[in-house]
Amino acid sequence: MSTPEVAARELTYGEAVREAIAEEMRRDPRVFLIGEDVAEAGHPFKVLTGLVQEFGTKRIIDTPISEPGYAGIGVGAAMTGMRPIVDVMFGDFITLAMDQIVNQAAKVHYMSGGKLKVPIVFRTTLGATRRSAAQHSQSLHAWVSHIPGLKVALPSGPYEAKGLMKTAIRDDSPVVIFEDKMMYRTKGPVPAEDYTIPFGVAEVKRAGTDITIVATSSMVGVALGAAKLLEEIGIGAEVIDPRTTYPLDKQALIDSAKKTSRALVVDEGYERYGVTAEIASAIAEGAFYHLDAPVKRIGAMDVPVPFSPVLEDLTVPSEKMVFEAAKALCGKA
Amino acid sequence: MTTRAIEPRMELEANLHMYRQMAKIRAFDEQVNELYKSAKMPGLAHLYIGEEAVAVGVCEALRRDDLITSTHRGHGHCLAKGAAVNRMFAELLGKEPGYCRGKGGSMHIADPETGNLGANAIVGGSAGIATGAALSAKMRGTDQVAVCFFGDGALGQGLLYEVMNMAALWRLPVIYLCENNLYGEYTPCGETIAGDILARPRALGVHAESVDGQDVQAVHATMRRLVERARRGEGPAFLECKTYRYYGHHVGDVNREYRTREEEREWMSKHDPLETLASRLTTQGLADAGVFERILTDVKAEIDGGVQFALSAPYPEPNEVDQDVYA
Repeated sequence: MSTPEVAARELTYGEAVREAIAEEMRRDPRVFLIGEDVAEAGHPFKVLTGLVQEFGTKRIIDTPISEPGYAGIGVGAAMTGMRPIVDVMFGDFITLAMDQIVNQAAKVHYMSGGKLKVPIVFRTTLGATRRSAAQHSQSLHAWVSHIPGLKVALPSGPYEAKGLMKTAIRDDSPVVIFEDKMMYRTKGPVPAEDYTIPFGVAEVKRAGTDITIVATSSMVGVALGAAKLLEEIGIGAEVIDPRTTYPLDKQALIDSAKKTSRALVVDEGYERYGVTAEIASAIAEGAFYHLDAPVKRIGAMDVPVPFSPVLEDLTVPSEKMVFEAAKALCGKA
Repeated sequence: MTTRAIEPRMELEANLHMYRQMAKIRAFDEQVNELYKSAKMPGLAHLYIGEEAVAVGVCEALRRDDLITSTHRGHGHCLAKGAAVNRMFAELLGKEPGYCRGKGGSMHIADPETGNLGANAIVGGSAGIATGAALSAKMRGTDQVAVCFFGDGALGQGLLYEVMNMAALWRLPVIYLCENNLYGEYTPCGETIAGDILARPRALGVHAESVDGQDVQAVHATMRRLVERARRGEGPAFLECKTYRYYGHHVGDVNREYRTREEEREWMSKHDPLETLASRLTTQGLADAGVFERILTDVKAEIDGGVQFALSAPYPEPNEVDQDVYA
């Protein structure tokens, strides 16, 4: 029995985040959100508009500009029966809260021999090209991916934004979720019903046989654009999105690279010691005897993000850069 | 009107209980020092000896379900809140029956059963946790109070002022308990603290007081008032307890070049918390030397039993190493 084709409901990335938070807050009275300008202002990117009207200021809590302070308050609330979402407006600002994220949230469960839990979500952003210069444009997810005790999610579209946020809120461990600030107005199909996306399960976004392009977050769209260009010259690229850097679905990435024999890893974090290095190493170890070329990686240029658009655009991996790198890996000059 | 008039017997019991708790903490940490010197304990520990009246005076004013966060110098806080000596020693030796299965050690003992959210080895690092616990208590509709222990060294950390600001804005039931033992690690606090300590919380609208931290009755009476105040929803408070650590920053700090032996003798001979309480109760004719001797004998037996338990306890299995990284 077939069901009639219905046009899928579309939401923006920002609306998907908001819907996930609202659904979880309705489902679980322990969930609350705390951060700067989150209530009446609805967040500078307007992602949270309307939440305070539904849930009130007791559950949508505006704070002073005190990232370490409210991050620590979130940790303490999580340790004592609540499930906070801590809103860190820009990913660059996690540096201010790093002790609370890295030394407190990440370690409490282990240090206490498993007795205390910290079910907390730090939601923050990544992504350059908003002309915001060096302190509002970084993609620092590698910093927290490095820390045992943290899970890290990188939604690459509206569907992922809702599903990964809901999984993060239900997780009993600390999760840092990086939203691509350039994608908040991007639309895509998002089911109205309740669904979650499991952590540690990569998704093949586009099947191909000639090269594997592993791409995260903002770079998934870039990789899919490059794949179209590659198609035109007869190269079939498989684009795969890990969706979480920890847990990392190494096996899916290795299996794809074994199939295609070539791999390119693209991520918007700094290339140096970055997420691309970890993923490339996993593929090199796991698929070595199947590879026809060294694993190649592209991250953000290793410079502070410049202001001038002419300069800033040079620092972020582009469709053209991914296309050229993939073409070269496939032996086409 | 007061318990003093109605129940002198109960009050004596309460005072003797506080004496016992202080004696237990002292004997515990003396034993820790022995374990260090005889190389039976891995790593270092920060002894609480000299400061016993603070932990005991504070925790005796709390209910079991009230919450505390502790510091690197935290053995006294744990014991005063109700932790058992044997599992404490086991944790210090990295043994399996320890409070954290040997994964935390001296600086990270946590015991949720007694409301202890854990010791913290980042100076001032638990100020956020304690404040968050107070927010949580308020959101969950309990009347629990949270106490954040920290030393004078933590007065240099910005986190403390950020969370006191929010605690004042939101009238959270949290008490910031500053154990001012005059030295931040190896540096006299006069070199690190500008201005008046109490002026800092007061500037944020946090009620602030100071008390003789060597007088357990004074600490206890002050804390009872502040705890009741917080429980009634009247907001956070800051209590400075003036105290002194008899030993160095940690067990390995034996020379203590940064302070004089005269100063140490002065505190030990004139401001000892156990002596102060015992001589007061004796002078008042409420107890005699025999009472205190019996307590010390009992405490010694408890400590000896606890350390034997820990020495003979097993280490964690190797497969424990990657357990409990994630919940």
